[in-house]
Amino acid sequence: MNAVEVSSQGAVRSSQEESQAAKTTVKVTGSVAVLEACLAEGVTTIFGYPGGAIMPIYDALYDYREKLEHILVRHEQGATHAAQGYARVSGRTGIVFATSGPGATNLVTGLADAMIDSTPMVCITGQVFAHLLCTDAFQETDVINITTPVTKWNYQVTDASEIPSVLAKAFYIAKSGRPGPVLIDITKNAQLQLFDYAGYEKCNHIRSYRPKPLVRKEYIDEAAKLINAAERPFVIFGQGVILGRAEKEFKAFIEKSGIPAAWTILGLSALPTDHPLNVGMLGMHGNYGPNVMTNQCDVLIAIGMRFDDRVTGRLDKYAKQAKVIHLDIDPSEIDKNVKTTVAVWGDCKETLPLLTEKIESKVYPQWLQKFKDYQLEEENVVIHEELNPSTEIMSMGEVIRILNELTGGDAVIVTDVGQHQMVACRYAQFTQSKSNITSGGLGTMGFGLPAGIGAKFGAPERTVVSIIGDGGIQMTIQEFGTIMQSNVNLKILILNNRFLGMVRQWQQLFHERRYSFVDIQSPDYVQVAKGYGIAGKSVDKREDLAGAVKEMIEHPGAFLLEVMVGKENNVFPMVPQGCGVSEIRLK
Amino acid sequence: MKQEYTITVYTENQIGLLNRIAIMFSRRKINIESLNTSPSEVEGIHRFTILIHEVEDVVKKLVRQIEKQVDVLKAYYNTNDEIVWQELALYKVPTEVIAEKAKVERLLREHGARAVVIRRDYTIFETSGHREETDKLITVLEPFGLIEFVRSARVAIIKNSAGFHEKLKEFEYREPGEDVVENEYLAKQQEVFSM
Repeated sequence: MNAVEVSSQGAVRSSQEESQAAKTTVKVTGSVAVLEACLAEGVTTIFGYPGGAIMPIYDALYDYREKLEHILVRHEQGATHAAQGYARVSGRTGIVFATSGPGATNLVTGLADAMIDSTPMVCITGQVFAHLLCTDAFQETDVINITTPVTKWNYQVTDASEIPSVLAKAFYIAKSGRPGPVLIDITKNAQLQLFDYAGYEKCNHIRSYRPKPLVRKEYIDEAAKLINAAERPFVIFGQGVILGRAEKEFKAFIEKSGIPAAWTILGLSALPTDHPLNVGMLGMHGNYGPNVMTNQCDVLIAIGMRFDDRVTGRLDKYAKQAKVIHLDIDPSEIDKNVKTTVAVWGDCKETLPLLTEKIESKVYPQWLQKFKDYQLEEENVVIHEELNPSTEIMSMGEVIRILNELTGGDAVIVTDVGQHQMVACRYAQFTQSKSNITSGGLGTMGFGLPAGIGAKFGAPERTVVSIIGDGGIQMTIQEFGTIMQSNVNLKILILNNRFLGMVRQWQQLFHERRYSFVDIQSPDYVQVAKGYGIAGKSVDKREDLAGAVKEMIEHPGAFLLEVMVGKENNVFPMVPQGCGVSEIRLK
Repeated sequence: MKQEYTITVYTENQIGLLNRIAIMFSRRKINIESLNTSPSEVEGIHRFTILIHEVEDVVKKLVRQIEKQVDVLKAYYNTNDEIVWQELALYKVPTEVIAEKAKVERLLREHGARAVVIRRDYTIFETSGHREETDKLITVLEPFGLIEFVRSARVAIIKNSAGFHEKLKEFEYREPGEDVVENEYLAKQQEVFSM
């Protein structure tokens, strides 16, 4: 069976008129049906790793390699993070192929990360032959049950005829509503099995699944009434704005309402960082003003965010004085952590314009000035020194400042997890949405490098910089191999403080400097990169920094830049664990 | 205040869904007192009846997260006064003893029990009712040598429910009707939680 033939026939038959008429079918294998589904869903890039139980799909992929780009990663976890990076930067669904057993279990971290950060992803795993299930066969693992808590939906296919409809469901579920990861486990016999294929039909309705609630006008009215009567309103927004592709609607809303807006780490880049109403970052290492003002506002308007504990601090000291309006697509988020006064349940792409229409055009100069005053105080105590250190020791912040100056905020910034992540998110500037890729909810060290690779495939025309600490880089450093083999033009910026910095900071502040196993050694990264054919440089003096960052950005291919930063620098401000947001400390 | 809540879940008939629902309880370290799966009034739609002992706030969040599952159509939670429920119990006792003692017959009648099987060696009685009622019969039968006892999960009917036939029609539409998307926050404290 020639794959190209199938592809063209499949396309013809998926049209509406044809499906009404008697369907002509063609015999194809389950594997071909999988790849046809990918094509029909507009997939261009697959991140994967072959193995025994998924060999039939990889065999079929050989005939599709012109149409479907497959990126061979070095570890399946890398495939999931790459798919996440791809999805987050492009707004499309990330695709992962992996084999059974260890291949499948290696996906778990990425699935959990995508689940908690609502990233659309479809993972296809091979599975042993159906007749071998439950025999402890070679590389057999119960991947469906292992992944149930970390997938939006999962399903095991044992008969090829199910493949088109199951994959259509998988793509629909992953992308619609509040997005999330879906895993489809396909037994080897189903991959090999020939069946009567009648073309691929996309799914747009599952009766038991409500991706998007209908918007009720009365909640909009209630919310508008509260906003119009507010004297100190405050908007906090999250990734929902980006996932809902509602950046324009959001901007229109805050510009008309005149309300200052602060972001969660995943909401970053939905609103340009230099927007006059953008007052900064929320949460544990967020900006001073937004945290303090959360407990001073009279109406708190939360848009597409879920009141994570890193944002709220102690809940019984969180915005108790405020009436809370919560806009979210997921009803289970309403009242989960913070009691809502008015819940505007719906897709913010729909709810925001309705709300904008109902609110009065206003400005709050005095209220906004308060944010500015706090900003100035933070500037004086923290920011100025972080971005322009007075000592010889380099800071993470000054690296980000130089990066901002060189990219003008147009780059995609991918971060790993830890101090560098907080510093990068606090100081990186963004002019466009979908530009900040980080592991927010799960806090997955090792995310940054593979996610950066994926992001580059998702936005090939943009500069992608993965900012990673010396701990995180060593967790998925094998993906240098992927960069080498697939010629990924990724900029790898290692901020090396020779410590597991965030844990060390906590040990310093809360565990009497008992530095328990945070002293981590690094290899010579430049040498390691060189071994993979990746250009690199290490900088330990300020006078070389700007030139080196420039060289990294301008280098025609992948480039690794290691910057030796202060060993015991801390990230401030900080809301210590167990404290309310207004107890934020500047030092 | 912790009390008994009966959670009713209408679902598709999908392998693995039981696990998906069960892990939501274990994740919160909530013990499931009883769990029943059965067909519902609508063909092809399954009905889970789950009994837990919890505070309402937790139950509410749980029910919302259950309802969020792709293969779940609808989930409700109710207190005991909002439902009619029954449990079925079976008791195995030695026939010899039972046959000898006339007072047993009277006791069984008092508890509404009936014999399901009568063999020379043992007799199986069956009764249904609330937990206290079926428990009482254990105490009654114990002196006569209760060999085996088993009780089913709770099955419950929500008093104030019109069933699922009409709701399902709305679910099958592309655009759900108002009833399907009713929102409790402004929907005047409805007696049953509903998405």
